[in-house]
Amino acid sequence: MNEPFAPWTDETATPLIRIEQVTKRFGDFTAIDDLSIDIFPREFFALLGPSGCGKTTLMRMLAGFETPSAGRVTIDGQDMGGVAPNRRPVNMMFQSYALFPHLTVWDNVGFGLKREGMAKDKLAACVDEMLKLTQLDALARRKPHQLSGGQRQRVALARSLAKAPKLLLLDEPLGALDKKLRQETQFELMDIQERTGTTFVIVTHDQEEAMTVASRVAVMNHGKLVQVDPPDQIYEQPNSVYVADFIGDVNLIPGRATQVGDMAELAWAEGQGTLLGQPGGGVKADTAASFAIRPEKIAIGREMPEARNRVQGKIIDIGYLGNLSTYHVKLPEGPVMTCEVGNRSRLSRRELTWEDDVWLSWSDTAGLVLPT
Amino acid sequence: MTCGCLGRIPQDWCCRHERARGFQPRAFIGRSAVKRAFTVIPYIWLLALFLVPFLIVLKISFSDIAIAIPPYTPTLELSEGWQGVRNFFGGLDFENFVFLTSDDLYWKAYLSSLQIAVVSTLITLAVGLPIAYAMARARDDWRPALLMLVILPFWTSFLIRVYAWMGILSNEGLLNQFLIWSGFITEPLVILNTNVAVYIGIVYTYLPFMILPIYASLERMDPSYVEAAEDLGCSRLSAFWIVTLPLARPGVIAGCFLVFIPAVGEFVIPSLLGGSSTLMIGKVLWEEFFSNRDWPVASAVAIILLLILVIPIILFQRQEVASRETEG
Amino acid sequence: MRRFSGFNIVSLTLGIAFLYIPMVVLVVYSFNASRLVTVWAGFSTKWYGELLQNEAFLDAAWVTVKVGVFSSTLATVLGTMAAYALIRRGRFAGRTLFSGMIYAPLVMPEVITGLSLLLLFIAIGLDRGVLTIVLAHTTFSMCYVSVVVSSRLVSFDKSLEEAALDLGCTPFQAFRLVTLPIVAPAVMAGWLLAFTLSLDDLVIASFTAGPSATTLPIKVYSSVRLGVSPEINALSTIFIGLVTIGVLIASVVTKRSIAMRTADERVAGG
Repeated sequence: MNEPFAPWTDETATPLIRIEQVTKRFGDFTAIDDLSIDIFPREFFALLGPSGCGKTTLMRMLAGFETPSAGRVTIDGQDMGGVAPNRRPVNMMFQSYALFPHLTVWDNVGFGLKREGMAKDKLAACVDEMLKLTQLDALARRKPHQLSGGQRQRVALARSLAKAPKLLLLDEPLGALDKKLRQETQFELMDIQERTGTTFVIVTHDQEEAMTVASRVAVMNHGKLVQVDPPDQIYEQPNSVYVADFIGDVNLIPGRATQVGDMAELAWAEGQGTLLGQPGGGVKADTAASFAIRPEKIAIGREMPEARNRVQGKIIDIGYLGNLSTYHVKLPEGPVMTCEVGNRSRLSRRELTWEDDVWLSWSDTAGLVLPT
Repeated sequence: MTCGCLGRIPQDWCCRHERARGFQPRAFIGRSAVKRAFTVIPYIWLLALFLVPFLIVLKISFSDIAIAIPPYTPTLELSEGWQGVRNFFGGLDFENFVFLTSDDLYWKAYLSSLQIAVVSTLITLAVGLPIAYAMARARDDWRPALLMLVILPFWTSFLIRVYAWMGILSNEGLLNQFLIWSGFITEPLVILNTNVAVYIGIVYTYLPFMILPIYASLERMDPSYVEAAEDLGCSRLSAFWIVTLPLARPGVIAGCFLVFIPAVGEFVIPSLLGGSSTLMIGKVLWEEFFSNRDWPVASAVAIILLLILVIPIILFQRQEVASRETEG
Repeated sequence: MRRFSGFNIVSLTLGIAFLYIPMVVLVVYSFNASRLVTVWAGFSTKWYGELLQNEAFLDAAWVTVKVGVFSSTLATVLGTMAAYALIRRGRFAGRTLFSGMIYAPLVMPEVITGLSLLLLFIAIGLDRGVLTIVLAHTTFSMCYVSVVVSSRLVSFDKSLEEAALDLGCTPFQAFRLVTLPIVAPAVMAGWLLAFTLSLDDLVIASFTAGPSATTLPIKVYSSVRLGVSPEINALSTIFIGLVTIGVLIASVVTKRSIAMRTADERVAGG
């Protein structure tokens, strides 16, 4: 069995990047607010958040284009304070790709190595291999405007990897590609990251992308880290309503936590039983809380189920998405719940329809009680 | 391959990482040094050759004419120390400005310059707007050629273009020859050396400055606006008035300023095409300086001219900034 | 499809005619055998011959070209720097004054610019001559250059420079290897504009030129003040011819590069 890659759980591991209590202010606006994080070698680390949350600023600080107002950034044990971008062991892939329009693909990829003063034949060999790695060998003599979007993206990647940086920063690397190409490219990126063993830090606002590629995802909001965890934990064990809501779809039922122990109970409406789930985010008894349950974890049926967690409501909307169907169910004293059912058989009997009274249920461990 | 970036990535990558680790953190001096140099050098140049000269003009406008070299007094004698400075400032007064108001030649020249500039700006607009509109409506493959035809005169010499009209407008010039030949008139019209010739000259030389900004704003305009207006019941003419023209307003305003501001201070056109009765302040300043050699009065004339132009110049810059912001 | 009415055709025809007839007349009469410009006396090129014999004109032309080359080159360097500073440097102390000084000369009446520079040269005791004209022309044409270059820099993707820094360039290398090649067409256009302005300028040159240096426009002005002369027609024709050839070449070059680019993009898109 392979040991899972999780240096962040290893106390003895040395981080490649240490960001210690970093704050960045632009005038009155605080883009990064007293933020600390360690990123380890060979990690594929995703910074995820809505626009304006500070993720791009954080990345530009690693590249050296912004200087922290307070705090310290070290890369590989060296303090980056006062180190210019051109003297950092870091390269960046820009959102716009920033390919030099007056240079060919070959010269773009070789640009950084040439600045390093690498010998000509060695440089040529290196560039050729980078082009091979990114399957661009046939396009070496083209100029950027003669390339398609996907090809440009690969040139940008090859160029930023050519100098063998310790750390590669990717700013929305796939944002300009259409959906299908984006999915293919995600796997290509992961493949290249594994083969080169470079540490990647990616900035994205696309949660699917972050979940697909990253070994750890950092969810940011208002210049702070909300949660830093591997994708499955971010999805299954969000530490806040914000993360639960930001990643994937979630049903949130507001109420009060009545009891918190190994499990937590939430009272949500008069005359209804409490809902049972795992406590999360340090929820305390007798405080306002929300019950978070993912749509695909909810079962729907006409008959009253045996489960402890069950609620009754009326179907108000049905969406047929092909691989699954979505039901919107209005609870009499609560919110509209969304539940997803996979369409396993080709001809469904479509037994449920509008205005039907149905029961929704889920297991005890399916949901979370989170502080509001 | 020799480098082994691909086949043996892990090992080679590591060794190249080692090399990368050898980087030297250096003080963070470089980044803005270039930008600072790029600011300071042109800054100093402009201070020395634009602002300082202007301050000298201001200073001389408060001085008195003298038969000396330089032909004005007082001059700042720093060798006399504090007393020199006091003498210097004591010798400055508003005499020249008072003189400008007392002699009606000057204020008439200012007024007539403004009047000529306003009238010729309006004529240029009337001539330029239909041309710009027609260019913007022309077929896509014609437009570059038309644009070139309008820009070409702009690259040829201003002086030559003014000069060209001298041969056309003179008493025995082509225009009069043509009009007599075609029987409209029997006696040649006197056009050269009158204000009419000055109008023609200004309209002719500044026409591209009017056409180009208007064309630029019309060309950017989505033609479906006009179609929508017509679809909603406008006639073509009313669509032009209600939709096209308001949308072209930034271009029209820019064009008007670009014609008006330089026209006020124009020297070449009134001096070559205008007559002795044509009063324009640029010409007055020139003569004050070169013929009368009264530098203090010439400087005072310049200061007043600038004060007159400050308002339109500021308005123009505001307009430019505003239109640039809406574009972005 | 944009519609094109009779009105548009008429206004275009008249407009173009208005712009070009004076110049055509000038060109035609430069080949007139008679000294009387208004009477056509047959075809002749003798005025060109006389022009080329006229030492004073040739000297003035040489001075003009010298001044043009020096001042436009200097103006291009300074104007490009100024544009870079204005667009890339964000806020700095004295920025308002700086941008004011860049834009003001564009609309400043030439008589004022000329007068003020002359008074400066006299105040510092600089002898008037080629040098003073070069200084004067550089000062006002650098502002035009900076406007042309900054309009290109505004649309320039800033991350290109950051990418160059990221890949190991010093800031100056980034400017030389990335920024400059990309804005080169605008810098070239700025140089051409500065050169034309210098070639064309009468007023500022008249103020700042001493008796030792006369430029072509000064010479032309002093001879046409007395009336139309066929030599000047010949000179104008040569000038118009050169400009026309220059503009035609420039437009063909840009047209071809645009055509190549669109063809390339079609290939890449497919």
